[in-house]
This record gives sequence, C-alpha cells and structure tokens, in this order.
Amino acid sequence: MNWFGRLRASLGKAREAFSAVQRLGRAGIPLTPEFWDQLEEILILADFGVPTTQKIVTGLQTVAKQEAWKTTDRVVARFRKDVERFLTLPDSHLRLDRRPAVMLIVGVNGSGKTTTIGKLATRLREQRKRVLLVAGDTFRAAAAEQLGIWAARSGSELVRGAEGADPASVVFDGVRAGKARDVDVILIDTAGRLQTKTNLMEELKKIRRIVERELGEPPAETLLVVDGTTGQNAISQAKLFNATAELTGIVVTKLDSTAKGGVLVAIVDELEVPVKFIGLGETPDALRPFDAGEFIDALFDETPEAAMS
Amino acid sequence: MFDQLSERLGAVFKRLSGRGKLSEGDVNEALREVRVALLEADVSLAAAKAFVARVKDQAIGANVLESLSPAQTIVKIVYDELVALLGGAQARLQFADAPPSVILMVGLQGSGKTTQVGKLALRLKEQGRRSLLIAADVYRPAAIEQLQTLGRQIDLPVFERGTGDPVKIARDGVAEARRLGLSTVIVDTAGRLQIDAALMDELDRMKAAVQPKEILLVADAMTGQEATNVAKGFHDRLGITGVILTKMDGDTRGGAALSIHSETGAPIKFVGVGEKLSALEPFYPERLASRILGMGDVLTLIEKTQNLYSQEQAKQLEEKFLKHSFTLDDFLDQMRQMRKLGSMTDLLKMVPGLSSRLPKDFEIPEKDLAKIEAIICSMTRRERRSPDLLNGSRRKRIALGSGTQVSDVNRLVKQFEQSRQMMKQFGGGRKRRLPQLPAGMLR
Repeated sequence: MNWFGRLRASLGKAREAFSAVQRLGRAGIPLTPEFWDQLEEILILADFGVPTTQKIVTGLQTVAKQEAWKTTDRVVARFRKDVERFLTLPDSHLRLDRRPAVMLIVGVNGSGKTTTIGKLATRLREQRKRVLLVAGDTFRAAAAEQLGIWAARSGSELVRGAEGADPASVVFDGVRAGKARDVDVILIDTAGRLQTKTNLMEELKKIRRIVERELGEPPAETLLVVDGTTGQNAISQAKLFNATAELTGIVVTKLDSTAKGGVLVAIVDELEVPVKFIGLGETPDALRPFDAGEFIDALFDETPEAAMS
Repeated sequence: MFDQLSERLGAVFKRLSGRGKLSEGDVNEALREVRVALLEADVSLAAAKAFVARVKDQAIGANVLESLSPAQTIVKIVYDELVALLGGAQARLQFADAPPSVILMVGLQGSGKTTQVGKLALRLKEQGRRSLLIAADVYRPAAIEQLQTLGRQIDLPVFERGTGDPVKIARDGVAEARRLGLSTVIVDTAGRLQIDAALMDELDRMKAAVQPKEILLVADAMTGQEATNVAKGFHDRLGITGVILTKMDGDTRGGAALSIHSETGAPIKFVGVGEKLSALEPFYPERLASRILGMGDVLTLIEKTQNLYSQEQAKQLEEKFLKHSFTLDDFLDQMRQMRKLGSMTDLLKMVPGLSSRLPKDFEIPEKDLAKIEAIICSMTRRERRSPDLLNGSRRKRIALGSGTQVSDVNRLVKQFEQSRQMMKQFGGGRKRRLPQLPAGMLR
C-alpha cells in the first residue's frame, strides 16, 4: 500500500467521523438546530475536546448567520477550510541547517520517544547523515539498551551512561562527543516524565540549559512526542512541556490505531507549534513528515474503496 | 488526578445549592453542565450520555424537587451513579486453586505493561506470593532486559528464551514455575493494537496455552475517546478479567476510568500512581467517587498512616505531645515517615473539605522539605533535643553545614517553637490519636 493509501486506511476512525460530517453536509440539506448538535457530537467523539469544538461550532454559526446560509453543505465546506487553516503552520520541516543539529526528544512515559528516535535515526541515515544517539533516559530499566539496539540497526553512534547516572552529565558528554566527532545530527533521548512532576521538569530544564551552553544556541529542535490515543491531556502535555523546554515541533505516534486527529487540532490551535511527524506503525518507514493538506485530503477523501473500509 | 472534573462538578452543585427551590429547568441546566464536565474529562460520549440519563431518571423517581434539600439529593444521586460507573464494589485479584496462578498482562504499546508486571509482582511478594516473571515481549528492543532489571530490583526470577515464539515461551515459563514451586506467574506481553489481527491471534493462542486466571488490560489513564474501543477490542477477543490504569499521578482528567467499566463490565483492579515500583494501589470506586465530588478520601488517608505507625509508636508520640517533650528529632522522623506516603500535596488533597479549598495549583515544594531535613540533620543531638541551645554561632554553623541561610534556620526554629506551644494547648483538652505535622512548618 502506498503512503497515501496507508494514511487513509489508518485514519479509518477519523474518516468515519469526518465523512459523517460530509454526510451531514450534502448539498440541499436544510440547516437545523439538530445539525449543530450532531456536528458537535462528531467533533467530541473525534477528541477535538469541548473548548475547540465550541470554538469551531460557534465560529461556523456566526458565519452561517451573517451570510444567511440555508443548507449544510456551505457549513461543511467552511469547516474543512477552518481545520486546514488550524493545521497549516510555517516551519513544519525538521531543521537540519546547523552542524551538529541537536534534537531533544521529550514526552510523557510510554509516548514512544525511544522508538521515534530509532525511526528518525533510520531516516536520517538513509539521507547519509552522520547521526549520534544520546541515551539521556537513565531512569527506566534497560532504556539505554533499547536505544543501543536502534543505534546498531540504523548505523548510528551511541553515547550512554550508567543506569541511574545524572542524565544531564550523559547529555553533556553526548553533545561534547558529537561536536568532537563532527556528526551531522545528535538525537537526545530523555526519560519519560509526566508534565506535572515539577522536579522532573526542572531536570529537563537543566538538560536543555546544558545543551544550550555547549552549543552557544538553543537546540535545533525540541520535539514533544505525544501518544495519538491520548485525549484532552495531550493539551496539558503540550502546554507544560512548551513552558519548560520551548518546543519547536510535535510528533504524534500510534496514529495507525485511532487517528481521530482531533486533539492534534486542539494542540496546534492552542500553541501554534507545528506537527512535524506522525507515526503510523512499527516499521521505521512508518514515521512520516506531517503534511496538513495530505492529512486533510485523506480525512475527506471518499472513494468507494475507503467507504468499504 | 480528576482535579478539573472535581472543580467543574463542584461549581455546578454549588450553584444548585445556592437556590432554595429548584425548577425542572434548573436541574436540566445542571445536568447539561455535568455532561459537558464529563466530556471534558474524556469520558466517552456514550458513557456520559447514559450517566446523565440515569441521574435524571432517578431524580424524577426520587421526587427531588419536592424534597427538603433538592441540591443535596442530587449530589447523592450523582455520587451513587459515579460509584456504579466506576464499577461498584472493589474488585480483588483472583487466584487459581492449583498453583501456579497465571496472570496475563496485555495492552497497547507504551501503556506501561512491563513496569506494571514489576509493580504487581512486588505487591504480591509483600503478600507472600512469589512470582515468576515471563518475558514474552519478543518484539520491542530491550524489553527482555527491562524485565530482567526489574526482576533484579525486586529479587524475583525472570524466565526468558530470547526472541522465540512468545506462545511457547509462555508455556515453558509456566512449566518452569511449576518446577520451581512458585505460586504465581506474570506474563509480560508485547504491546499491540486491538485491531492488529495477527498479534491478537497470538494472544488468543497464548491464553489457550497457559489458561490464565487473570487477563489484565494495562491502559493509560490519559487515553481519550479511544479508551473504550481499546478496552472493547481486547475484551471481545480475550475476555479480560480486569484493568490496571496507569499514569494516574499526572493531571489526567481520568475519563478512561469512568468509561472502561461501563463499556466492558470489566472492573478496574489497580491504578498506577507513580514511577516507583511501590506505586501501585488497589482501586476503590467509592473512595474515588468521593474524591471527585470533593468529599475527600479519609479511608485511604487513614490506611496510609496506619501502615506507618504502630499503635505503640502512636502512643509514644501522643505522650510526647502532652509532655512537651516533642523534639526536632521526633519531628524529623515524622516528616520522613510522611514523605514515604507520597507527595504531601496529594495527602492534603485527601482531607475532606480541604481539597476544594486548596488553591488550584496548590503544591508543597518537596524541595523545602528537603531543606528542613538538611537543617535538622546538621544539628547535634543535643541541639535537636533542646533548641534553646541554638545561639548565633551555632545557627551559623548549621546554615553552613546544611547549605542554607541563617534566616532559614531561624524560621525553622521559630516555627517549631510555635507549634510546640500550640500542641501543648491542644494537649490539655482534646486527645489526638494521630499526630499531625505542626502547622506552619512549611514556609
């Protein structure tokens, strides 16, 4: 299956929700209060969250009133445009214009940080970049081994410390080594931390500070890895990690299961930080750059094949 | 956890109780807000709708509008329904009659299966059941090493056969447990999507091979509307016997907890509340319902403190309070004990009436506690017994030794004296079974 077909298939859930919007929005169907209720329900089911849903629906209602729309198709067309606008942000590509381009990967426990690094490293190696992985997760059992296996698989170099070592010191060694060896990209893995744990967030701040001190500038990328099945808590994650580590982008993983897409819209709307990659499966090529147009096309595309899935 | 939901519901009921008489419109409006509050907390749409419908039915049945205190009656109905939504009575772990009793852990990638295997094994070990941990996650890099490391930490054997056939590994593992005479087997499986036909089939075969007494779904508490699909997917295929909800220690609004049971009928048996291996707690629907409705959770608080102090110790402390012989040593000891319970902030939130009155982002800085500890540890034994000794030069030495300022030392000593005075006054009248932290000690 090609990339587009795969995205479409994997977005089955979201597609269901959105094509429901489309069904609601056939030309000629009169605009009724029930339509608005149904639209609201669909968005909530797609994990848009109550505030974003209300924002979207109220906005649409205002325009509908102003322009005296009588049928639902106008609303749906506008809705599609609004979502696309929400999701389209500048700087959605990975910044590789520095040497070394340091990327700090952060997120809550189990969101898929280490796996994302493995996939990213594989991608970058295919582009003939020299890549160094830094095992900054010294807390979870065998996290460094997991990263080591990815380093071997992708042909990247690895810097690791002992289990329980100070992560900041491992990161310090990693950045120093990367500079000395003149690598293209340094990918720094960090321990999973819930965004409300103040002390762990302080630790992250310290790690970022050390990177910045060693480079003389902020890391090229600070990417938040978010589990695609997360609900409204993803917004809190994005907000608090952004406050601590100044995010430059978001990676949404595990979208092959659910991909309702909703919370992603809410995050981008709230923070104006672009989604840079989405994860659609276990293999390295399943990590793909995010493209708002393609994403929405896949959501809205209603081919017979898709309708059957 | 559940702070936001709790806050939202609190506001709804407060407004309701502000009015003497309620109209049907008032009740409908309140219930609409309850529905939104549930949805904002990621409760599944179906569960939220059904919940509100049931509350409404009961409110009509109970003739709420005619009752003496309509608002309170509604809160009571909401409480009962919340308990039902969370699964009713507490569900315990079941064990097979003939050992070894097999527990199969399943779930999505990153939900926390391997960590929960360690936590559950430690919990069972403390109850006298030794487990064999089986590493049947042959896909994720270093998953086996992770389980082995956990096994070493809690001193329990781990069975692994590298990256062979997981079903065979599980079967051989159970045979090994029988040979070793271990009472329990916990099988760690690879994370998988409930829609992955091949991997779900593998679990099905594993189930047939090892005949587990418990199949526990490990689910991330932060999951959104998808939580019910995941739970249903695993349940329809395998018949899960229970759920462990993980990452409940964050600011999750906990919708998953409120939806999974109503969608599958499977009870939540444990919740993961922290990164330490001891951070696994049984799940009590009633207690959680009270906490969500801002009624506090005295039972958990009492249980926690009871574990810390024996009757004897509590008595000794009480005497000390009364005789004014409570020293900084006792204080330090008490503080350390309390910190074992988890974060002070969480503890305070369990106190009825307090949780709703604490500021929204209330938090006791754990750093300050560490500071106090450092100061006391830098005192000599004599100084700890009689703080009156502390003259200027001693205070300076203590500040130097603990890496703090003299003003920090001054504040601690002053506050300690004040609370000692206070306790003396208490001591005359009421007797207190459980000693409390002197008020105002922090900051």
